[in-house]
Amino acid sequence: MTPQIETAEVTKDYDGLCALDHVSIAAQLGQTTSIVGVNGAGKTTLLKILAGLDFPTSGMVLLQGQEANSDQLRTHCTLVFQRNMMFGSSVYDNVAYGLKIKQSSSVDVPEKVRSALALVNLQGFDRRNARKLSSGEQRRVSIARALAVDRDVLLLDEPTANLDPANTIIIERAIKECAQSRAVVLSTHDLLQARRLSDRMIHLYRGRVVEEAEPHRFFAKPQHEATRLFMNGELYF
Amino acid sequence: MRGINLILTGNPEVLTITALSLVVSGSATILSCAWSIPISLGLSLRSFHGKRIAKGLFNALIGVPTVALGLFLYLLLSRTGPLGYFQLLYTPSAIMIGQSILVTPIVVSFSASALESVDPELRNLARTLGASDLQTYQIIIKEAFWGVTLAVIAAFNRAFAELGIAMMLGGNIRSVTRVLTTAIALETSRGDIALSVALTLVLLVVTMSVSIAINLARKSTP
Repeated sequence: MTPQIETAEVTKDYDGLCALDHVSIAAQLGQTTSIVGVNGAGKTTLLKILAGLDFPTSGMVLLQGQEANSDQLRTHCTLVFQRNMMFGSSVYDNVAYGLKIKQSSSVDVPEKVRSALALVNLQGFDRRNARKLSSGEQRRVSIARALAVDRDVLLLDEPTANLDPANTIIIERAIKECAQSRAVVLSTHDLLQARRLSDRMIHLYRGRVVEEAEPHRFFAKPQHEATRLFMNGELYF
Repeated sequence: MRGINLILTGNPEVLTITALSLVVSGSATILSCAWSIPISLGLSLRSFHGKRIAKGLFNALIGVPTVALGLFLYLLLSRTGPLGYFQLLYTPSAIMIGQSILVTPIVVSFSASALESVDPELRNLARTLGASDLQTYQIIIKEAFWGVTLAVIAAFNRAFAELGIAMMLGGNIRSVTRVLTTAIALETSRGDIALSVALTLVLLVVTMSVSIAINLARKSTP
């Protein structure tokens, strides 16, 4: 089956520093692919390239087997950033933003916003000022905002970093539900979360894919020394 | 006390001068925004060679003496000058053009600072939700709205309170180009202190109340 999105030998250099080194990964529709790795491994850079927000120095990104440019990537993918970022308006306006700029019919917008908010347990929050919500609630708004635009590929950068268990459970439930009809790629430090959510695990270390496997094999029989050290909490950048 | 009376009784001279000042300086500010805000967007959101020099230049021009700019524009607009054909000298339009140029560095520098203070990742957020380049600019302007508004208000106050350009390009012609600052200078030199005080009070009230109103509106915005 052709992957929904994949990278082919993607390399990214920043002023001579190699952030990604010939990275080739693939994500299928209906599956969740987790990218794990220490801070600075290149996870966020990879997600930004997949989202069409950054450009590879070499290599390419493919959508359904076809080379895609950044405009095409932005049409098919949406990224939830690691840091909470809210537009200075209501929760409704934040979630509706992507729909309104696409000029979806005005009948569709409230319904889509309502269902996206319901998916992250934020019913009744429509009129609240998004910037005055707790960080967990803001993260849930970020996910609802990404889900509302309904793209084939959902990219999540540390979706539950620094959140309490209750918010984590709500977000993981939403990820599981939306993964049924999308290709989900998430980066995380949380190995247990990766195990709970993933169909495929990728370990990125110093910009390289050092291990790629299904979760049970990834945890039971890691092939690479760096992965073993990472799982034992003994790997540093 | 007589000065206050002139205001309270709606002295026609005070009203005419105030109205002309508001129209000329208000128009100059709006005209300046037409080019200054796009320039500030370019300066804050685009990368190009010489960006720091350009920003430094606009910052330096904030303090340009109004008489220096007035003289430069006088030479351009005077009958023998390159733009003399348009016969703009000693008209409200000449003051308006002069003031719009005078306040350009204020709008550009202050707006660029406000735009730069917006989280740069917001642009990426808008883009990942499907926004075009133009729509990402709209988001940045919306986020920096109050900062840009304060820049515009500062520009209006500068135009409203400046004397050199109004005097040199307007000529202080009664009921035609006489604005608050030129009238205050003239009436003081003629010894009509009551009228000078009245006009000065109007000048102060307008500049202060515009700033206070904007600050109140900003605080009441959720």
